[in-house]
Amino acid sequence: MELFQDLLGPAWTPVWTLVKIVAIVLPLLTAVAYLTWAERKVIGWMQVRMGPNRVGFFGFRLWGLGQPIADAVKLLTKEIIIPSGASRGLFLFAPVLAIAPAMAAWAVIPFTDRLVLANIDASLLYILAITSMGVYGVIVAGWASNSKYAFLGSLRSAAQIVSYEIAMGFALVGVLMSAQSLNLVEIVKGQEGGFWHWYWLPLFPLFLVYLISGVAETNRAPFDVAEGESEIVAGFHVDYSGMAFAVFFLAEYANMILISTLTSLMFLGGWLSPIPGLPDGFVWLAAKVSFILLLFLWFRATFPRYRYDQIMRLGWKVFIPVTLFWILLVGLMMQTPYGHLFH
Amino acid sequence: MEFSTVVFYFFAAILLLSGLRVITAKNPVHAALALVLAFFTAAGLWILLEAEFLAITLVLVYVGAVMVLFLFVVMMLDINIEQLRQQFWDYLPIAALVAGLMIVQMVLVLGGETFGLTAPAPKPADYSNTRELGLLLYTEYVYPFELAAVILLVAIVAAIALTLRRRQGVKWVDPAVQVKVKREGRVRLVNLKPQKPELKAEEDEA
Repeated sequence: MELFQDLLGPAWTPVWTLVKIVAIVLPLLTAVAYLTWAERKVIGWMQVRMGPNRVGFFGFRLWGLGQPIADAVKLLTKEIIIPSGASRGLFLFAPVLAIAPAMAAWAVIPFTDRLVLANIDASLLYILAITSMGVYGVIVAGWASNSKYAFLGSLRSAAQIVSYEIAMGFALVGVLMSAQSLNLVEIVKGQEGGFWHWYWLPLFPLFLVYLISGVAETNRAPFDVAEGESEIVAGFHVDYSGMAFAVFFLAEYANMILISTLTSLMFLGGWLSPIPGLPDGFVWLAAKVSFILLLFLWFRATFPRYRYDQIMRLGWKVFIPVTLFWILLVGLMMQTPYGHLFH
Repeated sequence: MEFSTVVFYFFAAILLLSGLRVITAKNPVHAALALVLAFFTAAGLWILLEAEFLAITLVLVYVGAVMVLFLFVVMMLDINIEQLRQQFWDYLPIAALVAGLMIVQMVLVLGGETFGLTAPAPKPADYSNTRELGLLLYTEYVYPFELAAVILLVAIVAAIALTLRRRQGVKWVDPAVQVKVKREGRVRLVNLKPQKPELKAEEDEA
């Protein structure tokens, strides 16, 4: 490694950072591809079907493991149709706006206590700011398509994402009160000591609010009114085809993995092991993220779609008061001798 | 040229161009999106000035929330930009006054050295901007901060009070009542004796 460092001289830092970015993004995209496979398999089993089981490698079926790659190749070779009334530039730019925040947020996600691209002090704020940009992809896509279904979908999505972001932000306030830091590494370190010391227990209502708001933020069922096949065809991406559609798809699944990772880091102890004796490591984080992703799929297979006014009621009249109350409670309890229970 | 200088000019160029697009774009949606870009680039410039908390808050509040609602409204309005442009000369005097004031302010800030102002020394890398700001806000400036919060709260309440209207005859179900529904409240089992269908004499008469 020092050989390369000497060879590249001042160009070393940007090149090395670029290598690290690729080392995060490539596994992430692979995970996204296989999350789609897992979703089809899991929901298939829940509905007593087989799920994809034909496409494999080298003549072996391998439970359909080749399916995501076949899907990607198919979408890559499809034509991208641009509607004649569309705002061409914005129409093509919208998928980029959707996927860029979903990728950029990973810059500050720690995988273990030392494996992190940028260990910055305000990493939680950075994530809040970057993920709040994700809504533009949806809004711009809906508007640029020049179609009423797409526009309805984007309006629904914008209202929903803005509403649930507030509840999510308040849930995070509780976490940073307990951890007394905005740094994700510090937040995980504050949860040391096994399963019963993770923040899900003292912040249980916030944990639930964050998890459910995460489902709403990613426009997943049962909050998927932005797509709502039965009412507005496919919502904001109804006019997209080929790779432009695939990029929206990628962004949705990358956001799912991001929200799951954040939930694991902030409420489930990240890379810390549940039993104090066992060694900590990335394996635990991966296991927790997989479990929350399974919850996402499970929700989709279980619940019928919410009605729009019910979604708004849940966000504004239930989640925001709950989080506000719990923040107040945590703040008051910290002034009492029982404050250590919330740290 | 230092790397940070290159970055500054790059961001400044984008900021100026997007600012120009805000006022020259024919389509109001394009103008709003250009404003989003301007905010985002300004946040980048603030990070260069070591004000990372303000920069992230700018993105979080203005880009993430305010501009989304802006776009939301602008997309649904049918704005005739030509009609708006006809009033250009009517607004010119006020615009010139505002521009003049802004130029004076910029001169005062940028020419600070002639008035005896000095730039603060660069902080070490482990200096936490967020922490310092929090400490100042909640100790020295706690009353102005609370006052600002109360003013915002008043604005929120006023906005809701202005737009709230209670309509009559709205079909509305209390979700708590819906959840509490039991089988006994909805289903009544009636023991009916088996009956033979009778000939309908009334129908024949009609």
